[in-house]
Amino acid sequence: MTSISATEHHGPEKGLMRWILTTNHKDIGSMYLIFSLLMFFIGGSMALIIRMELVEPGLQVVQPEFFNQMTTMHGLIMVFGAVMPAFVGLANWMVPMMIGAPDMALPRLNNFSFWILPFAFTMMLSSLFMDGGAPNFGWTFYAPLSTTYAPPSVTFFIFAMHMAGVSSILGAINIIVTVMNMRAPAMTYMKMPLFVWTWLITAFLLIAVMPVLAGTVTMMLTDIHFGTSFFDAGGGGDPVLFQHLFWFFGHPEVYIMILPAFGIISQIVPTFSRKPLFGYPSMVYATSSIALLSFTVWAHHMFTVGLPLVGELFFMYATMLISVPTGVKVFNWVATMFRGSLTFETPMLFAIAFIVLFTIGGFSGLMLAISPADFQYHDTYFVVAHFHYVLVPGAVFSIMAATYYWLPKWTGYMYDEFLGKCHFWCSFIGLNLTFFPMHFVGLAGMPRRIPDYSLQFADFNMISSMGGFLFGFAQILFVIVIVKCVQGGKKAKAVCWEGAKGLEWSVPSPAPYHTFETPPNLPDEKYP
Amino acid sequence: MLAKIVASVFLFVITFLPRLSLADWAVNMTEGVTDVSRSVYSLHMQIFWICVAIAVVVFSVMLWSIIHHRKSAGAKAAQFHENTTIELLWTIIPIFILIAMAVPATATLIDMYDTKESDIDIQVTGYQWKWQYQYLSEDLAFFSNLATPKEQISNLAVKNANYLLEVDEPLVIPIGKKVRFLLTSNDVIHSWWVPAFAVKKDAIPGFINEAWTQVEEVGIYRGQCAELCGKDHGFMPIVVKAVPYEDYLVWVSDKKTIIAEQEAAAARVWTMAELMEQGEKVYQTNCAACHQPNGEGISPAFPALKGSVIATQDQQAHIDIVLNGKAGTAMQAYAAQLNAVDLAAVITYERNAWGNNTGDLIAPQYIQSLLKDK
Repeated sequence: MTSISATEHHGPEKGLMRWILTTNHKDIGSMYLIFSLLMFFIGGSMALIIRMELVEPGLQVVQPEFFNQMTTMHGLIMVFGAVMPAFVGLANWMVPMMIGAPDMALPRLNNFSFWILPFAFTMMLSSLFMDGGAPNFGWTFYAPLSTTYAPPSVTFFIFAMHMAGVSSILGAINIIVTVMNMRAPAMTYMKMPLFVWTWLITAFLLIAVMPVLAGTVTMMLTDIHFGTSFFDAGGGGDPVLFQHLFWFFGHPEVYIMILPAFGIISQIVPTFSRKPLFGYPSMVYATSSIALLSFTVWAHHMFTVGLPLVGELFFMYATMLISVPTGVKVFNWVATMFRGSLTFETPMLFAIAFIVLFTIGGFSGLMLAISPADFQYHDTYFVVAHFHYVLVPGAVFSIMAATYYWLPKWTGYMYDEFLGKCHFWCSFIGLNLTFFPMHFVGLAGMPRRIPDYSLQFADFNMISSMGGFLFGFAQILFVIVIVKCVQGGKKAKAVCWEGAKGLEWSVPSPAPYHTFETPPNLPDEKYP
Repeated sequence: MLAKIVASVFLFVITFLPRLSLADWAVNMTEGVTDVSRSVYSLHMQIFWICVAIAVVVFSVMLWSIIHHRKSAGAKAAQFHENTTIELLWTIIPIFILIAMAVPATATLIDMYDTKESDIDIQVTGYQWKWQYQYLSEDLAFFSNLATPKEQISNLAVKNANYLLEVDEPLVIPIGKKVRFLLTSNDVIHSWWVPAFAVKKDAIPGFINEAWTQVEEVGIYRGQCAELCGKDHGFMPIVVKAVPYEDYLVWVSDKKTIIAEQEAAAARVWTMAELMEQGEKVYQTNCAACHQPNGEGISPAFPALKGSVIATQDQQAHIDIVLNGKAGTAMQAYAAQLNAVDLAAVITYERNAWGNNTGDLIAPQYIQSLLKDK
């Protein structure tokens, strides 16, 4: 993936050891991205098994116990194996290049934080082959289903989560240290590209909540093996305590998966609008307030557990409030496009789809915030539709947009624009066919996480399944485009997009193995 | 070329459409049959239309830009990048919209939380994978199991209209009375949901949650467990029959008589054949979900009974585990769930079915005496 130039006097090692021992941010970024693509396909195959079972009422393909393993592993793999590592990979590649740094601040730690991941997920996936099967209690692993009633493999799951958490925390520390210490001298905080800003905020969120997750799974571990009763009312504990802990981690976690996406879109939309980003400072403040608010809304995932009325009202109001800064961001992107000079290359197509479809996901989020209405929405397919609308055309599309946007900078070649557009349109149609009907079946009363359903949900489920297969197979195009682009093609210029601004475009394409050995000047007075 | 691909995708979809029965395309939430459910529905529609209005404005500006400000149409980019007035407006206006939304939502929520002064109290207990209903002032309790036959689930028989939404014993409540539900669970967390009442509340082991409803129309209302509760989460429906108050009183006394007769049957002598027949029924309803219809179980969570030590050797151990369950596992204590005849029958069945030919007959009187001792 990275450039290897014979003229460089200390280029990378040759062979396998280059990848195992590397401390280069570009190599590590590439490994993160390849790893997450692999996980995306594994998690995606599980989604297709789920959609296969749900084509028609009745049990056809898998049994309920395996179906539950698929829903659980699909969620865990996609969240912790695909989306999070992809953003860390993008940060590794782009943050040093965007702030004018030669590398990440802590290169060996960087190597270590990546290499934990393959072991964590090998352990997690190996549970599929264990006696009793893989974890089957949903990606939210509510106790006591995940403790007293869990399959034996739950212990492996707990350790895999610990390892993935360590990797995330180390990655976050590295990004914070890099951004705080290694910016080019002229780059003040309010001149940082938004991708760097959103990642800096994300990294603080990670450091705040990953330890909470680690603590929670450790409490599960002692409940299961050492006779404690944190989550067992029979011993003085409380199953709802688990949910409070989980969502105190879990709600910031969903913003961890979307804030870097906001940053990516804020890079791409100005480039293809040939116009500066509208409202840069308000973008920074909006992102920060979303991050702060994310700590005060966790119990909106728990409106039906029997919270006291005052708690219910507090979490409803706080959640509704989040739509204000989120709205500001959407308005800013649209205002950036307004009176621009727009072109629609693949990254821009993904970015526009992001804005539209993420906004739809935001609307259903606002509906879910209305606590009395949530009594009808909660744990139905309406929720499944909601979070897939914010995560697939949200997080996943932003990662794809970023890949197309920076691929020429990484490889030195332009990707195949036609194939890229095919990939976009198939994905766009596929995901809407898959997830839009889920709003309908959810409102009509279909609970989530069921392997079989009553007859009135049959039609929309079949459409969802067809859409799912279209979306799934369209991703093969993505791999083809990337592989072709790595192998060769039209040479990419240093500034390969007409409207692109920023330090990453001041270095040649492909970016040399070591960038910015001396701190650069900012390319543009008015930047950002 | 692109258009071709899009067209062929649509063709693919359209060719599939005729296969779909177009009978039922429910796309919205039910209005339900209670005051609360109607308030919830109207909140849902209000917030929905607010979202649609915002979407129309935002997406129109975007579409306008895409059409008129494209480079290929000769658009030159402006260079503005801030405007304090508009930024303040689009921060403040949404706050007012939210306040307008929060007021009716708060009122509805306060109403939903008002469980005082109920006419009838029913305790709802979630079990893996069935519901128990206890009428607290009536000394009446029973279980409600999925009634859909296994053959329909495995596609060996035509599916009923109410496939997966039918139970053997529905919950019966009177119309026009305030019914309070006290929800708890015996094992993992379940969630009791009837969309027509807008009641969804988690049933949590060791804790009691409250909810209430007052139904206005006679009818049969169906719902499902909403919280993932293990293997058969998708197979524990809820059916509520709302009837006039007089009919409700008749039903209560009839139901009590039937239960009393069933308990009295423990006193008489049962033959092996009778017990085996009754035992098979009880087994299929209560045991087969885990231990499987063929007694082979699903290792390791649900052990096999066929040829097992417990089901073929020590009789007392077998009776003990069925009556008292096994702590820390999914094996429930059935002493509290089944009557003496059903307990005796199912233990007899397990000791003699699938080649476990022990020849043991467990007498209902004996089980009755054990139950009395407790």
